[in-house]
Amino acid sequence: MNKVPKILLCLVFSPLVGALIYGLDRKFSARLQGRVGPPIWQPYLDVLKLLHKENLVVHKSQNVYILFYLIFMFFAATLLFAGKNLLLVIFALTVAQVFFILGAFKTSSPYSFIGAQREIIQMASSEPAILLNAVGMYMVVGSFYVYRIVSYDKLLALYLPGFLLSFIYILAIKFRKSPFDLSTSSHAHQEIVKGVTVDFSGKTLAMIELGHWLEIILMLGFIFLFFGSNTILALSVAIFIYFLIVLVDNTFARLKWQIILASSWLVTFVMGATNIVALHFLPR
Amino acid sequence: MQYFKKSPWVFHYDGSSCNGCDIEVIASFSPVYDLERLGIVNVGNPKHADILLITGSVNQQNIDVIKSLYEQMPQPRAVVALGICAASGGIFSDCYNIEGGIDKVIPVDVYVSGCAVRPEAVIDGINKALVALESKRTES
Repeated sequence: MNKVPKILLCLVFSPLVGALIYGLDRKFSARLQGRVGPPIWQPYLDVLKLLHKENLVVHKSQNVYILFYLIFMFFAATLLFAGKNLLLVIFALTVAQVFFILGAFKTSSPYSFIGAQREIIQMASSEPAILLNAVGMYMVVGSFYVYRIVSYDKLLALYLPGFLLSFIYILAIKFRKSPFDLSTSSHAHQEIVKGVTVDFSGKTLAMIELGHWLEIILMLGFIFLFFGSNTILALSVAIFIYFLIVLVDNTFARLKWQIILASSWLVTFVMGATNIVALHFLPR
Repeated sequence: MQYFKKSPWVFHYDGSSCNGCDIEVIASFSPVYDLERLGIVNVGNPKHADILLITGSVNQQNIDVIKSLYEQMPQPRAVVALGICAASGGIFSDCYNIEGGIDKVIPVDVYVSGCAVRPEAVIDGINKALVALESKRTES
C-alpha cells in the first residue's frame, strides 16, 4: 500500500498547482489587456482572505451542499490519481456539480436561481462530451481504468482526434471562459453571470474557489490521458490548450445559452460519431 | 499575515452622483492604473466585498439601499466615501431631496476629496481603507 502517501501528496498539491495555473491565467489575461495584472499567487491570497471573512448564511444547509461539492471534487481527484475507473471519476464530478447547483438553489435569491439554472445549462452542454470521451478511450484501450489508459503504449490522441477536439471545445465551458462563460467566470461580471455564488461568502466561497482549482487540474488530467504514453508531451499539450482557451477567452464575447447548448452538442456528436465510425473500420 | 491588504475586493455603489466620480472609479481599474495589480477586484456583490466605494450623496430614495448594501457585507468591512458629494453633499447639499454625506446613514472609514476624484486619489483612498480593514480584523 505504498500508493496511499503518493495519492495523498497528489491531493494536497493538485489544488495548489491548480491555483498557480489560475494565477498564471489571470496574469496572462491582464497582459493581453495591456495591464500589469496581479501576482501569480493572487488566488492563494484571495482564499486566505476569504477564510478570515465572516460567513453570512441564508439557509444553514447551503454550506453543507458546498461541503459535499468539495468532498466529491476531492473524491473524483482521488479516483483519477489512484488510476481507478474513468466513468466513476466522471460521475463523481457530476455529483459534485449537482451539489453546487443544489447549494445555489437552496439560497432562494432570484439571482442565485438564475445562476443555478445557467450552471445546469453549462453542465448539460459539457457532460455528453466528457462521457463520450470515456467511451472513446474504452474503444481503443479496452478498459475504463485510468491506469490502463495512461499506460497504453500508443498515443491515444492519434486514435481519438475527434474526441480530443470536442473535448477542447467543451473545456472552455468547464473552465468558465468566454465565449461559453454562462456562470461564474473570473472577469468582473455581475449578478446574472455570478449568480451561482451570489449568496456565498467567507469560508464557503473559499471552498467553492478550492473546488474550481481542482476542476482545472481534473480537466487538464483528462487532456493528459489523451497523451498518456508520453508524459512530457502530455503536460506541454495540457498547458498549451489551457493558454489557448485563455486567449480565446480574451478574444470573444459571451454567446447566448441556446447557441452554447446547440453548438456543443453538435460538435460533440458529429466529432464523436465520426470518430467512433472511423475507429470501427480502422485496423488496430 | 495581513490578509486583507493583499486581496481587497471592492464593491462600487453610485448614490446620487453625477457620474463624474463613477467614471474615475472605473478608470482606476483600466490599463493605465490597473488596480488588479494590487489584487483589488471589482465585484458585483456586497457579500463578496471587503470595501464599499460610494460616490454621490444620500437622498431620500437611496437611504434604504445604502443601509441594506452595508448590512449585506460580511465583517470586517470598510466604507470609502469618494468625492465631495459623498463626504457632505457637496454642491447639492442644499437641494430639497439631499440628506447629506454618506456618514448620515452608515459609518465611513475614509473620505476622499475631489470633484471629481482623481484615480490616484481613489487608489490612495482604497489603500487607507486597507489599514482600517486590518485594524478591524485584529479587533474582532
